Amino acid sequence: MREIEYREAIREAVIEEMNRDPKVFLIGEDIGKYGGAFRAYKGLLEMFGPERVINTPISESAIIGAGIGAAVTGYRPIAEIMFIDFTTLAMDQIVNQAAKIRYMTGDNLKCPLVIRTQGGAGRGVAAQHSQSLEAWFYHVPGLKVVMPSTPYDVKGLLKTAIRDDNVVMFIEHKMIYLIKGHVPEEEYTIPFGVADIKREGQDVTIFAYSNMVYKALEAAKQLEQEGISAEVFDPRTLVPLDEEALINSVKKTSHLVIVTEACQRGSVASDISAKVTEKAFDWLDAPVKIVAGLNTPIPYNSTLEQASIPHTKDIVKAVKEVLGK
Amino acid sequence: MSDLTKENKKEEQILGNLDSLKILDKKINTKDKDYYRDKNEDKVESENKDKEILTNEQKISLLKTIIKIRRFEEKTIQLYQIAKIWGYLHPYIGEEAVAAGACAAINKSDYIISTHRGHGHSIAKGADLKRMMAELYGKVTGYCKGRGGSMHIADTELGMLGANGIVGGGIPISVGAGFSCKMEGKQRVTICFFSDGATNNGVFHESLNMAAIFKLPVIYVCENNMYAISMKACESVACKDIAKRAVSYDIPGVIVDGSDPEAVYFAVLEAVKRARQGQGPTLIEAKTYRFGGHHPNDPAEYRDKKEAEYYKNEKDPVKNYKEKLIKENILNVQDIENIEKEILMEVEESVRFAEESPEPSLDKFLEEVALI
Repeated sequence: MREIEYREAIREAVIEEMNRDPKVFLIGEDIGKYGGAFRAYKGLLEMFGPERVINTPISESAIIGAGIGAAVTGYRPIAEIMFIDFTTLAMDQIVNQAAKIRYMTGDNLKCPLVIRTQGGAGRGVAAQHSQSLEAWFYHVPGLKVVMPSTPYDVKGLLKTAIRDDNVVMFIEHKMIYLIKGHVPEEEYTIPFGVADIKREGQDVTIFAYSNMVYKALEAAKQLEQEGISAEVFDPRTLVPLDEEALINSVKKTSHLVIVTEACQRGSVASDISAKVTEKAFDWLDAPVKIVAGLNTPIPYNSTLEQASIPHTKDIVKAVKEVLGK
Repeated sequence: MSDLTKENKKEEQILGNLDSLKILDKKINTKDKDYYRDKNEDKVESENKDKEILTNEQKISLLKTIIKIRRFEEKTIQLYQIAKIWGYLHPYIGEEAVAAGACAAINKSDYIISTHRGHGHSIAKGADLKRMMAELYGKVTGYCKGRGGSMHIADTELGMLGANGIVGGGIPISVGAGFSCKMEGKQRVTICFFSDGATNNGVFHESLNMAAIFKLPVIYVCENNMYAISMKACESVACKDIAKRAVSYDIPGVIVDGSDPEAVYFAVLEAVKRARQGQGPTLIEAKTYRFGGHHPNDPAEYRDKKEAEYYKNEKDPVKNYKEKLIKENILNVQDIENIEKEILMEVEESVRFAEESPEPSLDKFLEEVALI
């Protein structure tokens, strides 16, 4: 099977869906000739023309509003917010409008909108360009939250997101764009609410998503050397969450470590921990452990930046703690 | 090129589309007595008044819409005071001519986007009073199945893309509707209603700028009722007239007397024509007045009594337009009485319908919630 970059997988998904459905169009900043800030849209302007690849001024509220307005009048837009940190400028449109419009109008106005964005630290782009804000959107009823980790996942999930009739927060990670992975030539989609066990194991479940999946897999490799069999559980979609698969995994391993790049306070990780503790308490042999980013805006200095996010060694340490080793 | 021409060209570059300013100047008429406005722009001379005329049927229809809105709103206030309707209610009383005139200038297939004070727009667009009242009663037969209430009424069949509880919340959405209409290529347009208060919010700037650069078929109608709750527009809007803000987007800025439905009609019609022809958006500022407070429990003590009396007596669209149609011999007093009777019956019927309608099912709600 061929290997392509994460961002190429995104590009393929978008091209396939735009060819499949003339109602799909793109709107965002620098997505025209520039091809998108991370080049995921390279060549799309030439392919589909400026009517379907709409390059906008720096107007996040208007971009999302444009997405909503087009979605409720029969189109299927993919609106891009360049950095998840900038969703702050569009929060009313995302939270008060998009997330609620279908519900508040009694299903009158359906809003098939994909909001593509990316976050995460590691590029040295400092506090206002490195956040992990998925918890905000996780918390708003009416938003689906998708955080794919691999090229295979991102392509299948993006196609599903575009075909979904609801508002989907599609959160990529800046450090994954160039990672290559196996992606079939044939068309495929991945349903929401179906987790992927990236590595099977018996002794502990490591719940990880987005960039942390790679660190969890590294940790699992290291742990194997020490005779610990770790299962890496990638939910792929946080809303809807594959709770059943997670509970089953925990029932099997009796130990859970949750890894998130975001800081722990008010995090998705905390919510997962509470859920599992409530529903699988009798199967847990130890309290759920969370490995999270530090409670800080991400620093510019590289050493400090790296210290602010979880690494393989932190996951290994946490697994050993949870196993009492 | 002479020095004078060079000066003019420079000015044009700085001021943008000078034609917009020219339209503005035309509207200024200092004849009217207006104690509390900084400028007297209540009269408008539309370009089209000579070319287009309203038929008697159209005029009668305008009056009916105005009266319908008035009587519906009066009824909702009564019901609110006995807690049949709860939460927030923002009556449109005093502003009826804006919705009536504007919606008369578009077709059923065109879109409107509204505000928290949205009953008038909904009715003018053709909403069924029964389903509106049912929505205010929170019943499942309401436009939004009782989930939205007063501030979130919407209906795709009417092309009503939602009242909105967030000031300015609908303005960015109008950009999307504009893109949709442009892409569709069927010359559909969108009227986006918003208040004076909303024009001070960032989304106003973002949205109008975007609509202008992409020449989207959106008609921006600002209902300047001079107050954002208690905040005076003249103290919160940095320029004297909101329509002047059009200059920064290089689009026409038009001021219109919001108590005159025909003036509003012609101003919006012109803008609709521009939009259908692909010439982009227009900003229309309808000078109007809210007869009540921001909501029924607001005594509006922040307003000067003389000012309020002036508008209620001199600028009442119901009273004035009735008088006009009588004067023009289109209707007589008996005709008007009949219209009032009919509308009252319609309003009473809507209350009956709402009272008798069932509540939404709690079980179904809990089922749905599990799926969100």
